[in-house]
Amino acid sequence: MPGLVHVQTTINGNEVNFLCEPRQSLLECLRDVLGMTGTKEGCNDGNCGACTVLLDGRIVTSCLVLGVEAQGRQITTIEGLATPQGLHPLQQAFLEQAALQCGICTPGFIMASKALLDKEPEADEGRIRHWLAGNLCRCTGYDKIVRAVLQAEDMIKAKK
Amino acid sequence: MEAFEYTAPKTIADAVAALASKGDQARALAGGTDLLVQLRGGRRRAQLVVDVKGVPELNQISYSARTGLTLGAAVPCCLVYQNKSVASAYPGLIDPASLIGSIQIQGRATIGGNLCNSAPSGDSIPAIIALGGVCNIAGSGGKTRQVPAEQFCTGPGRNVLQPGELLVSIHLPPPAANSGANYQRFIPRNEMDIAVAGVGTSVVLDSSKRNFVSARIALASVAPTPVFAKKAGDSLAGKPVSDAAIEEAAKLAMADAKPIDDMRGTIKQRTHLVGVLTRRTLQTAIKRARGE
Repeated sequence: MPGLVHVQTTINGNEVNFLCEPRQSLLECLRDVLGMTGTKEGCNDGNCGACTVLLDGRIVTSCLVLGVEAQGRQITTIEGLATPQGLHPLQQAFLEQAALQCGICTPGFIMASKALLDKEPEADEGRIRHWLAGNLCRCTGYDKIVRAVLQAEDMIKAKK
Repeated sequence: MEAFEYTAPKTIADAVAALASKGDQARALAGGTDLLVQLRGGRRRAQLVVDVKGVPELNQISYSARTGLTLGAAVPCCLVYQNKSVASAYPGLIDPASLIGSIQIQGRATIGGNLCNSAPSGDSIPAIIALGGVCNIAGSGGKTRQVPAEQFCTGPGRNVLQPGELLVSIHLPPPAANSGANYQRFIPRNEMDIAVAGVGTSVVLDSSKRNFVSARIALASVAPTPVFAKKAGDSLAGKPVSDAAIEEAAKLAMADAKPIDDMRGTIKQRTHLVGVLTRRTLQTAIKRARGE
């Protein structure tokens, strides 16, 4: 049986060290090893996007990344979005637009949306829907989510 | 997922040595979007996972109009379509790179991994075959060999790689003057699905842009491996660009399709789709060749 591996990584700007088995996904490491349960497990095979995190600025499904691959990388999770001053505009907009019901898909949607708005702050509805095709929601029917992302764009623009 | 050991070599020699040390119980890991799902589901087993993303040759993406494209086997799809010179030289490669999976998957999944996974439905494989791709393979003792993309896959999930061999890169020749390529697939939704059928084509036109010089056509999801429909492509050589010539090529491509009935589609539907997609991809490839 392979032993535990020491992984040194950066999560939400903080240096983090943890031990994991090579077979453990980044998702398992975040949730079960580090107790960071904001990132959700949905399908566990890369289809639903619930476990979306940023890995070196690029969105990935953390169920399809090994924990050991995090060595030396930069990870951003849902826990890294709010600041002491308040929620991220996407989080605020999801609340105001009621863009969630059960909430399991929400962290993944917000992380994927963040990656889009960081690059394309004026993405239109079609672009948002295409970008979010890898995130499944069984509650909202997506309209409220798309409206929330559009509202977040306005909020971010107004702040600048 | 069953336990395995993990290693992340930095050189081809170390990667090949690691793969050879466990024979068929070693698996190369690039994007992991197929491998990790298969290991978790028990469809593949591994005692050793060799993460090849740290090997420089597998990360290269170098294009020149003189030598063509060398695409490292571990380059994710998103870096392929974000590369402006590659995107403008090979729109027929960008087609599959930008429709495989979600944005999340495209950030990890690689064209090399798509080849090595050797699914009959792999979207990039017909495109690579149509573009005349060659697979650069490394083995132990510094040995290398080149395999044309159409000979790489040998069955569902199987390919020519022997235990201890590693796909290093894929080479595409420089695009000929007046050439164009396209890949399209049919899926019953807009995104995030596996091809019911797919077709990749490339054409070279003469300087008048009215006649075919040559063409290559390849098919996905209609046989145990991606299919190089050589007769269909060759039928166009020397002919004027016309609906009749395209129709003839579509018929020959349909004859090379040997699909099965399964939950995604029937033999009849898939054969029909090969005809439709061959026509459509040829028309798009011709437009691209004409710069339209």
